[in-house]
Amino acid sequence: MSKIKTYEEINQKLKAGKAVVLTAEEVSKMAQEASPEEIVEKVDVVTTATFGAMCSSGAIINFGHSTPPIRMEKIRLNGVPCYEGLAAVDSYIGATACDPDNPTYGGAHVIQDLLEGKDIVLEAWGKGTDCYPRKHIKTKININTINELILFNPRNAYQNYNVAVNTTKKMIHTYMGTLLPNLRNATYSTSGELSPLLNDPEFKTIGIGTRIFLGGTQGFVVWPGTQFHTTRPKNELGVPVTNAATIAVMGNLKEMSPEYIQAAYYEKYGVSMFVGIGIPIPVLNVEMAKRVSVNNSQIQSSVLDYGTVGTPKLGEVSYEELRSGSIKIGGKKIRTAPVASLSKARKIANELKEWLETGNFEISKPVQMFPQNTSLKSLKETEADHD
Amino acid sequence: MIKKRYILNFPPESGDKAFTYHLVKDYDIRINILKAEVFPGKRGSLLLELQGKKENIEKGVEYIVSHKIKCEPLDKRIYFQEEKCIDCGNCTAVCFAGALTMNKTNWKLNFDKNKCVVCELCIPACPLKLFKIDFN
Repeated sequence: MSKIKTYEEINQKLKAGKAVVLTAEEVSKMAQEASPEEIVEKVDVVTTATFGAMCSSGAIINFGHSTPPIRMEKIRLNGVPCYEGLAAVDSYIGATACDPDNPTYGGAHVIQDLLEGKDIVLEAWGKGTDCYPRKHIKTKININTINELILFNPRNAYQNYNVAVNTTKKMIHTYMGTLLPNLRNATYSTSGELSPLLNDPEFKTIGIGTRIFLGGTQGFVVWPGTQFHTTRPKNELGVPVTNAATIAVMGNLKEMSPEYIQAAYYEKYGVSMFVGIGIPIPVLNVEMAKRVSVNNSQIQSSVLDYGTVGTPKLGEVSYEELRSGSIKIGGKKIRTAPVASLSKARKIANELKEWLETGNFEISKPVQMFPQNTSLKSLKETEADHD
Repeated sequence: MIKKRYILNFPPESGDKAFTYHLVKDYDIRINILKAEVFPGKRGSLLLELQGKKENIEKGVEYIVSHKIKCEPLDKRIYFQEEKCIDCGNCTAVCFAGALTMNKTNWKLNFDKNKCVVCELCIPACPLKLFKIDFN
């Protein structure tokens, strides 16, 4: 009978410094010669990672009360609008938020400036109430003066993503980078065989409560991410061939590092934020050993035309082809380029591996598994547009 | 034989002289014009690739400079904040000159200034805005 391990057994081995931890790339290599049965015997945890632009990011901030206090009903941080409906002195700043007059500096830049210890101008307005009489405040805050600073990202670490191309005659600027006309380049964004959700495609070990590497510190998976989609087309190994499931994550931004949280501005698109995420996957049984053994030739992604309305699919390519530097679509050779950092993802996978090996990181059994058979609704337009 | 790239900035009074002719004829230099901006009656800029014997290129550059034309090696006019680069690869998507490439072993960005043709597409393509190229 093949071996089955428990979370408790693996954590005991981690604490004793006896666990075998490999990165997902290392285990994919090992799998060229070792069977899943041998891998489950030899390996306890596999570390996965990704470092890419994740627009659905942001931070919850508690500013603390002033004297006299104010009920903040309009809030600006360095001119960037923040959400004002979270009680008197709490706010949520979205990474993509910006002042339309200064579109290259947004919420992600405010978050990065806070992380780097810089002063930020806080300006807020309220109507003035009996318990919060102040109507206006303008002051400076920094990471040390505020109470909580919590990263909360509703949709991160996409399970696979599309390859972007442009068939039109005009260059276009997208969140997948600059796409040259006439299929002159193709961009892709996941870390392939190192990518977290591609190593546990059916969410057997990742769920609510999973402890993860987030921005350089420990964070948690707190919910299925928005646009969580588990019924996308899959390949013969059960790996989705297009953007599918996502995770919502949370962690203490005060403990994070600017090395793994990086503000970005995409030309003619807007502000976004690179986020570093690493997820440890326990090799509990043969099935998980098979899952973490997946390699770039076994992961495909859909090539979509971002220049045409409806982003029609033009084909499928493997990550092995994408990494080779060119793909073929309709007989045409197209140069490829990544838009997410594999070198950073590798650094995260190795850092997480070290945390695990030195007993500084426990793997956690999810307190609730993710839903199955989910799909997405599109937005229906019920009012006629007379513009 | 060596190959070097220079940015030439012409003052208005030097715009009517046949410098490239003299570089070819008098100094035996092969010229490849990579980029040109000419404003009639005003100033002009040229991005040239010069190929020839080292001493001939040096003499040719001296000749150009003696006519009050500013001549700078290209790599001195390209600014790239390498220490801030996250190796995302966005700039490599648009660099057809092959100056910006990903190292296929460690997946870090390689920037070969000698291959740059100053198309300037990397400037907006970089999400961290780490490139600046001063052509003029």
